[in-house]
Amino acid sequence: MKAITLARSSTGGLVLPGLLLSGLAAIILGQLGVVHLPARTEVADITLAPVVVTVPAHDFTFRRSGDFQLNGHPVDGPLLAINDHPALDIMKFEVGNADYARCVAAGACKAAQPRRRPKGDVPVTGVSFHDATAYAAWLSTATGQAWRLPSMDEWAFAAGSREVDHALDAGSDAANPSQRWLLSYESETAGVGGPAAPSPLGTFGLNEFGVADLGGTVWEWTSTCASRTTLGPQASTVSHIDSCRIHYLEGRHRAPINDFMRDASGGGCGGGRPPDNLGFRLVRERR
Amino acid sequence: MTGHDDMNLSRRTLLAGAAFASAAGTLFAALPARAQEAAVKTGAPVDPAGLKRRKVELVTPPFVHDHDQVAKGGPEIVEFTLTIEEKELVIDDYGTTVRGMTFNGSVPGPLMVVHEGDFVELTLINPDTNTMQHNIDFHASTGALGGGALTLINPGEQTKLRFKATRTGVFVYHCAPGGPMIPWHVVSGMNGAIMVLPRDGLKDDTGKPIKYDRVYYVGEQDFYVPRDEDGNFKTYDSPGDGYDDMVKVMRGLIPTHEVFNGAVGALTGDNAMTAKVGETVLILHSQANRDTRPHLIGGHGDFVWPGGKFANTPDKDLETWFVPGGSAAAAIYTFLQPGVYAYVNHNLIEAVELGATAHFKVEGKWNDELMTQVAAPGPIA
Repeated sequence: MKAITLARSSTGGLVLPGLLLSGLAAIILGQLGVVHLPARTEVADITLAPVVVTVPAHDFTFRRSGDFQLNGHPVDGPLLAINDHPALDIMKFEVGNADYARCVAAGACKAAQPRRRPKGDVPVTGVSFHDATAYAAWLSTATGQAWRLPSMDEWAFAAGSREVDHALDAGSDAANPSQRWLLSYESETAGVGGPAAPSPLGTFGLNEFGVADLGGTVWEWTSTCASRTTLGPQASTVSHIDSCRIHYLEGRHRAPINDFMRDASGGGCGGGRPPDNLGFRLVRERR
Repeated sequence: MTGHDDMNLSRRTLLAGAAFASAAGTLFAALPARAQEAAVKTGAPVDPAGLKRRKVELVTPPFVHDHDQVAKGGPEIVEFTLTIEEKELVIDDYGTTVRGMTFNGSVPGPLMVVHEGDFVELTLINPDTNTMQHNIDFHASTGALGGGALTLINPGEQTKLRFKATRTGVFVYHCAPGGPMIPWHVVSGMNGAIMVLPRDGLKDDTGKPIKYDRVYYVGEQDFYVPRDEDGNFKTYDSPGDGYDDMVKVMRGLIPTHEVFNGAVGALTGDNAMTAKVGETVLILHSQANRDTRPHLIGGHGDFVWPGGKFANTPDKDLETWFVPGGSAAAAIYTFLQPGVYAYVNHNLIEAVELGATAHFKVEGKWNDELMTQVAAPGPIA
């Protein structure tokens, strides 16, 4: 498992020395308990394991997560070409209401607090980052497998063509901050009205790897912290700050949300559009 | 304020035109019109029989039908038609529905524009596909419960009401069929507004003319949707089925939805209102039932009539303006900076949680003097 974890982190390690350090920190955290190994005293029930899709190893490009600035102006994050990212086992569907309810019944998860209580086989929503990691810990114990949230680069790797790159540099004039704001607003709101309810699992179809519902009405928590990087000449890093009480969610667009939030939808002041619903899916460590 | 200079020009042009019309008065039979115009000033009675008629095609809010900001001649009879539609409204993208009642199918109903001294002649139609009695109460009118007592019609009927627009301003109209039907119809969507402009247009606090480049009509609506035992909003097969449940929610006075133009997100994203830097925008805001307080985040109200009545001197430089339930306000703003502006009910709980948020997308050149980011976000020094 360690070797696999290192391979995963090496993706981040390609990025910057600073990120390599945070990658190492993630490994240490993982060993401290973010990635839960099954308790040996319990009998694992493999039937509880969710359906998994193995995304085969392949090359992919990834817009680095976080906010970036250059010469005092916001810019797009660097676009990374990642060669031969290792294969990834990821849940085919988002965690469903019924799945999550088992964890609640076991006393290991807090009740979800969705704004609407849709009936049927829908993704669980109204869950915080902490709820998602508690579920991963419970599922790991219950199945004897190691489950955890994906990082943003893993999510993008599995999302393939469903990963949306909202690059804004083209068409933005640094001297007019409103242009970036307007472009971002238009790209996040094009074709969509107000926040929408979660739809039954499978509604939004499969991507080329067979992963379902990417970019639907549920945004998915990732293990990646919000961050801001000030770039210097030749893509050097002047400063980099991780803010780990805020995590990114992936979906129709990336959204940094506080770890305790269970519902971020609603209109209001910001130029951006908050996610409609907060949910998640997990990856399983490969053995 | 280039808009004002333009206005002076166009006003001069208009006065010149009026002088010409006056000189040619007998030839063009313009005298009666002038007499009528004089009557507007003196309040002397006018016989509508001799007036010109004009029919107006209404448009769906936030848009407003074409109109002259300064009246081109004497008073007219302006003909409008409103068709009442009882219909299911989807009021958010969760699919929450209300058994709505509407004027012309939209919430709010369309905005009508006339000038002071004009006669509003409304044909009200209640098709036989509807199930209830309806009528219309114009706050702009005088007598008979705002016309409500003269316009109560059953399904399959129509009626015609004429009233003289004697007071300038923006005024709510709504259905008021009597008793508990009144609030129920109003909070089911049956309301709109009419704007009565001064014949010589809007004026600022010094009497200088104001010309607007765009006008938007925002109708704010409180909805009271009953929930089932799981907390989910209920749906009903007909308005009558939901009546008892809805009245219980209404009596609590806390709406489940507080929205602009009929639904959460009706004026955001692809439907956001637009303007350009340097343009002067007239924003009309009605709420037929409940108090509200519009605020333009990142902008102001240059000239605001919070009560909506143009005979009063406008307030200047407001941050937020109060709109008592059952009234409409008018605000003038010239956009100075590009970007996304949120236009909200500044009870921010109602704006964010209940839906009372709209957006303006404004393009143009950024003004660094008005605002600049001196230090981009970075590590604490």
